[in-house]
Amino acid sequence: MSPRTEWIRGIIILVVLSLLPLIFQNPYTMSILILLFLYAYFALSWNILGGIAGQLSLGHSAYVGIGAYTSTVLFLQWGISPWIGMIVGAIFAAFAAILIGFPCFKLRGAYFSLATLAAAMILQIIVENTNNLLGGPRGLEITLLKDAPWQFQYTNKLFYYVIVVLLFFSVIGVTRWILHSRIGYYLNAIKNDQEAAQSLGVNLTRYKSIAAAISAIFTAIGGTFYAQFVLYINPEKIIGTNLSIQLAVMCIIGGRGTILGPILGAVLLVVSAELLHLYMGGKMIGLDIMLYGIILMTVIRFEPQGIYVLIRKFFNRFTRSTSPFRDGRSS
Amino acid sequence: MGIFQFKNVSKVFGGLRAIDDVSFSIDQGEIIGLIGPNGAGKTTIFSLASGFTPPTSGKIFFKENRIDGLASDQICKKGLCRTFQVVKPFGDMNVLDNIMVGSLLHTANMKKAQEEALEILYTLGLVGVKEQMGKNLTIADRKRLEIARALATHPKMILLDEVMAGLTSVETREVIEMIRQIQKRNITILLIEHIMQAIMSLSDRIIVIHHGQKISEGNPKAVSNDEQVIKAYLGEEYHELT
Repeated sequence: MSPRTEWIRGIIILVVLSLLPLIFQNPYTMSILILLFLYAYFALSWNILGGIAGQLSLGHSAYVGIGAYTSTVLFLQWGISPWIGMIVGAIFAAFAAILIGFPCFKLRGAYFSLATLAAAMILQIIVENTNNLLGGPRGLEITLLKDAPWQFQYTNKLFYYVIVVLLFFSVIGVTRWILHSRIGYYLNAIKNDQEAAQSLGVNLTRYKSIAAAISAIFTAIGGTFYAQFVLYINPEKIIGTNLSIQLAVMCIIGGRGTILGPILGAVLLVVSAELLHLYMGGKMIGLDIMLYGIILMTVIRFEPQGIYVLIRKFFNRFTRSTSPFRDGRSS
Repeated sequence: MGIFQFKNVSKVFGGLRAIDDVSFSIDQGEIIGLIGPNGAGKTTIFSLASGFTPPTSGKIFFKENRIDGLASDQICKKGLCRTFQVVKPFGDMNVLDNIMVGSLLHTANMKKAQEEALEILYTLGLVGVKEQMGKNLTIADRKRLEIARALATHPKMILLDEVMAGLTSVETREVIEMIRQIQKRNITILLIEHIMQAIMSLSDRIIVIHHGQKISEGNPKAVSNDEQVIKAYLGEEYHELT
């Protein structure tokens, strides 16, 4: 793409993004819009480890939890601004990712996924049993300060909208940088064939750790954002297995390893879950999880690489006519 | 002292002595052929040399440093790179990107890595398929890609594991030419091959492995006249032909 079309595209996106809050002015729709961006952001964060590096983590809620709890505890106990707590949480998450990764990266496929799942479960149990500092199973409530931007709080939802859009673009920026640098090539090679990658000089543990740390940092920052947006966190919702699976499923449905795929997946799941809530109310709890399952099975059945690839194939049929066969150079 | 040495190397898998007290030395710039019947331990020697599995006993030297016990990525960084008998292309990456993974070992500059990968692409005749995904390649191109990727890491020595197996005679001749080109870059080559005609014409020396032991070593002519080698591997018929 030429720089000029890139610019034009950028301007269009900016205009659309600034118009969106005008359309969704009431707090309810605005909240959904914010959650939409947040989930897309989470999916893109997961994608760095699960998609680009191909290490299917089922424990990413651990990093959401580390981010949310670090900033909240620092704020409640010592009055430290959640903005600073966000950075501290991100650093903790990076260390946690490397710590979890060190024994787990030796495992392959499903074993790796199970180990990460277990890690998140352990963290959940620890939090649930730490009543004084972390509020135990009831969770923590963040003191309402109304309009305090330096304490990461504001009554107008537009405040959160702007922040989440910035976060969203920062993770896209980093993903693009990764994809076009040595790290991305190495991670892609690891995803395709670990032995071959290693024989070409790729230090497997090192590059997986880098991917895990970057992924965890972004996820934890999202955790702090979520805590400040909802002003209440509890272990089941934030560190529970459900969230971990949701993050992975969004990305897998949309298209792992790409940029648009995770965004598509997040939009699909958030919108369908909200529609269900809207029309079913509280009648059938857990229906949204069932729906995820059905969507996941359908997509995997027809295109294991996700909806994004399916859509691209569909459009390629009209735009490209090049023969799939190579020139007859040799046989 | 040669560039590469095995000193009394043994490898035991359970109760099986896959490699039994093997020693040999390779000089800079040589092409060495490694032959022997199926299951003799040739690929195990490659796995030991490239760090995929550590030896049970013995020492392996590369450029006068011990490399046994190092991981394969560290050995590759020292300049010893292998290819796989069962080729392992990065299926979801195109040919150019596949080779770039190799050239990124010594530069983080993407443009430079790409230029270098293109240069290798041209010399190995992979230009026509440079945009194709690894998984869509023919077996001949997969084998070429395997060599191309290894070359891109700037090795001092390269281990080629049956790069001619399954190719047509025309393709085999192309690969022989390719190996001669690699030698001209002053890269030492150790190759496993079953195609006698190819290995006899390429190799400066040949090492014969049988039941995990080295049973013969020498120039192609001498080895093909060795009684033990004829009995274990070549067979009477081959001997009568030459």
